[in-house]
Amino acid sequence: MSSTFDTVADIISETCDIPRDDIKPDSHVIDDLGIDSLDFLDIAFAIDKAFGIKMPFEQWTQEVNEGKASAEQYFVLKNLCERIDELIAAKTA
Amino acid sequence: MRIEYFQLIDEIVEIGKEEGLIRTRATVPLESTIFEGHFPGHPLMPGVLLTEAMAQTSGYLLLSMSKFERMPFLAGVREAKFRTFVVPGDILDLEARIEHDGSGYAMTKASIKRQGKAIADAGLTFRVMPFPEPEFRTMMVENAIRLGYPKDLIP
Repeated sequence: MSSTFDTVADIISETCDIPRDDIKPDSHVIDDLGIDSLDFLDIAFAIDKAFGIKMPFEQWTQEVNEGKASAEQYFVLKNLCERIDELIAAKTA
Repeated sequence: MRIEYFQLIDEIVEIGKEEGLIRTRATVPLESTIFEGHFPGHPLMPGVLLTEAMAQTSGYLLLSMSKFERMPFLAGVREAKFRTFVVPGDILDLEARIEHDGSGYAMTKASIKRQGKAIADAGLTFRVMPFPEPEFRTMMVENAIRLGYPKDLIP
């Protein structure tokens, strides 16, 4: 979890020019860090590449829009990192 | 090119031979109202239109990859370079390669050459989403076929 968080936080810091120390596990990507959807594409690209995965953002967004999941489940960093770890585990299983 | 209709490529030269690669061709028209302003007496193809030509080339690649089920919309341009002037009558060879096929987005790397010499290149970001209405898809299929997209690759 910690190494995933560090990698993701570094990506966000570099991609969006946000001070690294401002990025915490409890940070909400949109509400706290102010990242818009276009910047998020660059972050998604960097995360997909860094971990060799394909984050299913369309599915996640649909689940949030349909009320089947909360935005926090995917867009609070510690939760996002858990999703990433699940995807990595599924890839190597 | 039919600049006034924003059709920046004339022909799909190659698709499907190599996964994630498309090649197209375009001829810059000898006359266009654009050249009356850009620039009077010194007509130059605007870099923004070269970018659009690379985006359209990438777009047909992404349409093909989704079997024309999803429409790519240009969302970002990274590190675009315009290495030399492009003038009326130039024949351009364009190429786009998939860099990453993400969930709801895609990244390509596109380039333009003239007689083998690099003219322009850029990294492009697209949002890729379902067509807003079926007529839109039909229009894009028709455009692709008109440009030489192989009919047998269209589901």
